[in-house]
Amino acid sequence: MKYTPKSPAVLVLQDGTVFYGKSAGKVGTATGEICFNTGMTGYQEVFTDPSYKGQLLLATNVHIGNYGITDNESESNSIKIAGLICRNFSQHHSRKQADASLTDYFIEQNMVAICEIDTRALVRHIRNKGAMNGIISSETLDVDVLKKSLANVPSMEGLELSSTVSTKEPYFFGNPDAKFKVAVLDEGVKTNTLRCLSDRNCYVKVYPYNTSFEEMNAWEPDGFLISNGPGDPAVMPNVVQIVKDIIAHDKPVFGICLGHQLIAEACGISTFKMFNGHRGINHPVKNMVTGHSEVTSQNHGFSIGLKDADKSDVVEITHVNLNDHSVEGIRVKNKKAFSVQYHPESAPGPDDSRYLFDEFVGSLRVGKSAETLA
Amino acid sequence: MPKDPSIKSVLIIGSGPIIIGQACEFDYSGSQASRSLKEEGVEVSLINSNPATIMTDKVTADHIYLLPLTTDSIEKILQERKIDAVLPTMGGQTALNLCKEADERGIWKKYGVRIIGVNIAAIETTENRELFRQLMVDIGVGVAPSKIANSFLEGKEIAQKLGFPLVIRPSYTLGGTGAGFVYKKEEFEEKLMRGLQASPIHEVLIEKAVFGWKEFELELLRDNKDNVIIICSIENFDPMGIHTGDSITVAPAMTLSDKTYQHMRNLAIKMMRSIGEFAGGCNVQFAVNPEDESIIAVEINPRVSRSSALASKATGYPIAKIAAKMAIGYNLDELQNQITGSTSAFFEPTLDYVIVKIPRWNFDKFHGADRSLGLQMKSVGEAMGIGRSFAEALQKACQSLEINRLGLGADGKGWTRVDDIVHSMEHPSWDRLFHIKEALRLGVPIQSVHNLTKVDKWFLNEIQQLVQIEAELRRYQLNNIPADLMLEIKQKGYADAQIAHLLGNVTEDEVYQRRKELGVKRVYKMVDTCAAEFPSQTPYLYSTFEAAFRRADGELAAENESVVSNKKKVIVLGSGPNRIGQGIEFDYSCVHGILAARESGYEAIMVNCNPETVSTDFDIADKLYFEPVFWEHIYELIEYEKPEGVIVQLGGQTALKLSERLHQNGIKIIGTSFDSMDLAEDRGRFSDLLKSLDIPYPLYGVAESAEEALVVANKVGYPVLVRPSYVLGGQGMSIVINDEELEIAVIKLLKNLPGNRVLIDHFLDRAEEAEADVICDGENIQFIGLMEHIEPAGIHSGDSYAVLPPFSLSESVLDQMREYARKIALALNVRGLLNIQYAIKKDKVYVIEANPRASRTVPFIAKAHQVPYINIATKVMLGVKKLSDFKIDPVSFGYAIKEPVFSFDKFPNVNKELGPEMKSTGEAIRFIDSIEDPYFRNLYKEKSMYLSR
Repeated sequence: MKYTPKSPAVLVLQDGTVFYGKSAGKVGTATGEICFNTGMTGYQEVFTDPSYKGQLLLATNVHIGNYGITDNESESNSIKIAGLICRNFSQHHSRKQADASLTDYFIEQNMVAICEIDTRALVRHIRNKGAMNGIISSETLDVDVLKKSLANVPSMEGLELSSTVSTKEPYFFGNPDAKFKVAVLDEGVKTNTLRCLSDRNCYVKVYPYNTSFEEMNAWEPDGFLISNGPGDPAVMPNVVQIVKDIIAHDKPVFGICLGHQLIAEACGISTFKMFNGHRGINHPVKNMVTGHSEVTSQNHGFSIGLKDADKSDVVEITHVNLNDHSVEGIRVKNKKAFSVQYHPESAPGPDDSRYLFDEFVGSLRVGKSAETLA
Repeated sequence: MPKDPSIKSVLIIGSGPIIIGQACEFDYSGSQASRSLKEEGVEVSLINSNPATIMTDKVTADHIYLLPLTTDSIEKILQERKIDAVLPTMGGQTALNLCKEADERGIWKKYGVRIIGVNIAAIETTENRELFRQLMVDIGVGVAPSKIANSFLEGKEIAQKLGFPLVIRPSYTLGGTGAGFVYKKEEFEEKLMRGLQASPIHEVLIEKAVFGWKEFELELLRDNKDNVIIICSIENFDPMGIHTGDSITVAPAMTLSDKTYQHMRNLAIKMMRSIGEFAGGCNVQFAVNPEDESIIAVEINPRVSRSSALASKATGYPIAKIAAKMAIGYNLDELQNQITGSTSAFFEPTLDYVIVKIPRWNFDKFHGADRSLGLQMKSVGEAMGIGRSFAEALQKACQSLEINRLGLGADGKGWTRVDDIVHSMEHPSWDRLFHIKEALRLGVPIQSVHNLTKVDKWFLNEIQQLVQIEAELRRYQLNNIPADLMLEIKQKGYADAQIAHLLGNVTEDEVYQRRKELGVKRVYKMVDTCAAEFPSQTPYLYSTFEAAFRRADGELAAENESVVSNKKKVIVLGSGPNRIGQGIEFDYSCVHGILAARESGYEAIMVNCNPETVSTDFDIADKLYFEPVFWEHIYELIEYEKPEGVIVQLGGQTALKLSERLHQNGIKIIGTSFDSMDLAEDRGRFSDLLKSLDIPYPLYGVAESAEEALVVANKVGYPVLVRPSYVLGGQGMSIVINDEELEIAVIKLLKNLPGNRVLIDHFLDRAEEAEADVICDGENIQFIGLMEHIEPAGIHSGDSYAVLPPFSLSESVLDQMREYARKIALALNVRGLLNIQYAIKKDKVYVIEANPRASRTVPFIAKAHQVPYINIATKVMLGVKKLSDFKIDPVSFGYAIKEPVFSFDKFPNVNKELGPEMKSTGEAIRFIDSIEDPYFRNLYKEKSMYLSR
């Protein structure tokens, strides 16, 4: 094997900052909002997480690709990030179970990446200036041309993206003979969420992002899950209406991430775009009900207002972030609906919060026995 | 739950003298815990017999007991002072064992002392292999199949069932003594027999060897609410089969998928919860089968460990500090992340860099020792490199080791015989890493290297890339290297000196100049626990190389996070990895030097690469650079920080030997000038000085060949002491009595250290030995202390029992010693510290050597006298104070005896006889009231024996 020099690539930020690096993956151009993820494992799960739709992912972990790609560890059927920014893109990998190298996977999926830039400097830049759009290119290095293309990239704020990642047709997941039936409103659901339900004796039907309550309820589910997904919840009034209908119906409802924000909107609590989102697998959350804390997997650029939630008569705050005290979980008073801002299905990340699935399925059981009794 | 108000006074148990397997990492954890408790207003008492530690210093704890680590000592403390709780988790296995013993004797109960940070049952479970194995089976965690055998026959039956390879571990032996691998049937019977005999209860554990599986460690913290976090994942470069203390380790884990990592995390948490309820730290070791990623538990330690010290330095998360707070009642969600100063302590640190730890061995001190690595730890220290890639961290760690290598190869010292290299890969010793690189350079395929070493191919591929970039670099000359390639090779951790070697015909300085012209300069990044997600308050820094980027205002530059202040500043050079002859005592001196410089209004900057030290704790210096004490890193840092000067007197020989180059480059050395240091170190110049001062010294000569040596030896007269010039701890020294012995000794020396000169001194047979430490400000001198050795001259001073103050030397002798010390200090114009070694024969004092730096004995005397000598010396060095500004008032006591401690049990076949080469790994202090003390009489008797030989 001989040393092979890598071809150059550039990254141009919305504010005019330019990083010079090397090309990895497919030669091409990619645009999106730059967001950084601080996880040290789980790049494949992150790349395939639909919530990252439209984003240029900046990995803070300095080596990416070490253990290759393994088919059954994807969170959806394709790469969802718009492009990758990293320090060292592994040219080789080591894992017996791996099905492909990261390079091969990126080329197959037409994914553009830039490496060998000072990712830490970029994180600090974004941390100080706030989330912003960027453009990566390895096909043209002309910064002026790239700046023009970048100007046409819309802001994440006010962007609805669930429609681009949600299933077009309903589908089933899990064992049809399972004890419970759960309807999942797919705003960009991760496979592991479905797995967590089916592992707990649930048969799951996944519905497109804008399916009406009536249509879902016709299947007679025992409960509903409003999934995670990309984009700004404030511009999804139709979905918020559906969520309102679901909650009104009084069956157990579980919201995750975007689903949590939609439940909040449905309860009259406003959402906002954060200066910098939470993305990583080490975020500390305290459960205010039990007093215990959990290390959580997070990926969100929008959040629900703390003041709104605090003074709301409709919801109570169940979980808070120990770093910035933002709202991490709510429960709708007098209803069986609750939601969390983080990802209890993790993948990647710790399994600390899996108990939420147990609680959700536990409430299905209560509902079921009440029904059976009736 | 917040702090428990019933705990007002805590006793911390230290780990005692440094031995292999239990080293200065426990000074680090004990000191941190003590400061953490004091922060909370808790009164801290501390027991440790090791005087070289910073934990036994007034700056750390309220009440210090320099007593032997026995239950009698514990009882004495409890009689004297009201103690509410004992924290035994900071002092290694020694402290846990002592705590357990005191518990068995009912001492804690008798005095109403609570055990905090662990529970006794947990210690029991984790130490007893069979209990541990059974518990793991009960909670459904995999372990290597194993069974206990009490007889030869039983053992054979078990082996037949388990199949080979196997591990035999005798029960109730310390530190893995007698444990070993059995690869095939033929060797089994003999090893089984030996194992059964090694065990005092005739019992061995026979375990299936998971040879070649990948090895990982997780560091956990748990609070009183049972919240658990993982501070760090550590991957062993060397797979299962080599003790983790002897393995090269990497953080974060490099080759684990999220799925496998989370599985491991869940197991670790389950294991910690299974061993009992307590708030504190825990270390769990796992083996992973690379074939199917199945995981088995190897062991669990319910205390801070060598790995948790490493994890603290690797992540910035102060494990011992937080564990101590939890032991007194706090929960993680109530504490702050001390590095960011704004976020929660309940979180899992994330790294945007890689650390590599490489152990430091000292086999050269143990002639005849088995140098192979295996189940028993043999290294004496470690160095850690931090970089923005595995390769960079690996090379920085190599540069930190001080083993005369410039990095991972590319320095003309590699092997070229494939057979030797292959043998070395299969039979790992301290140099296997270097041989892996050589093998790849010589074209051995990665698959073959993997087959021989079982090192994960990801690591091997990274090393292979080094080989490739070296070949690429060789295509160029210094003046036509593209800037891109220069940046890339520096990003892979190559030293300028390695680049110079690869290019040939250029010097290190020329490479440095050229790369600066190309804009390839070091930048400094912060260790901040959070990959820059949050701003950090703590200047814990490391260097790396990054590509420049263009800011919106048009400026093109790489980002540097180290902000240079306009305060006057001073850099203190640390002593690098611990080794025999240079250990924890220099960390003690560096910490005091840093604190003194801060008190004197300086911004104090620490540079060191030893993760076991207190001096590299993020809250000791104003600024910490975790960097190799290696010329290039030091010089570039000095150019960046522009300090007033550099303190080289506190970091042992490592720091001192950089003074010549510092001087040549016009950098101010704080205190004693380079010329004076050279005068003391250069044997010829020093003897001339002694002559001019009318001070007796043993006759000596210098030789560059065996022929010359014979002439010199006959001139100075036998017996003679033969040694290479400029060495540490008497390395390679021997005493010979005739021409024949001399020839052998000289030839051996010149073979091992080619190009070196040999010093030949007349050896003062049956002389007594003594030493003095002094501080001099150029006008006055202050005696720190005089110590008399019990063993005669010829035994290295580090290996001698030494007594403070002298107990048998006459007034006339003491006067001569004082007079000579005064003369030498003033003649050398010492500003700071000076140590002088004497030989005394027939009441005549000879000066053997003078060291213009902090010595091994200064911390000892400082503890005995309760006087902060290093603090005083540092202020004198800096010129901010004169000796007359201090009122020095040593406490009175009978005698303090320095006892050397050895780790010979790790090297069963080694000659334990003492000589001019130092072999001890640690020391203890013992106070006696008078020389009538029976302990002392006994020691003294041994002295007579030596003298009569």
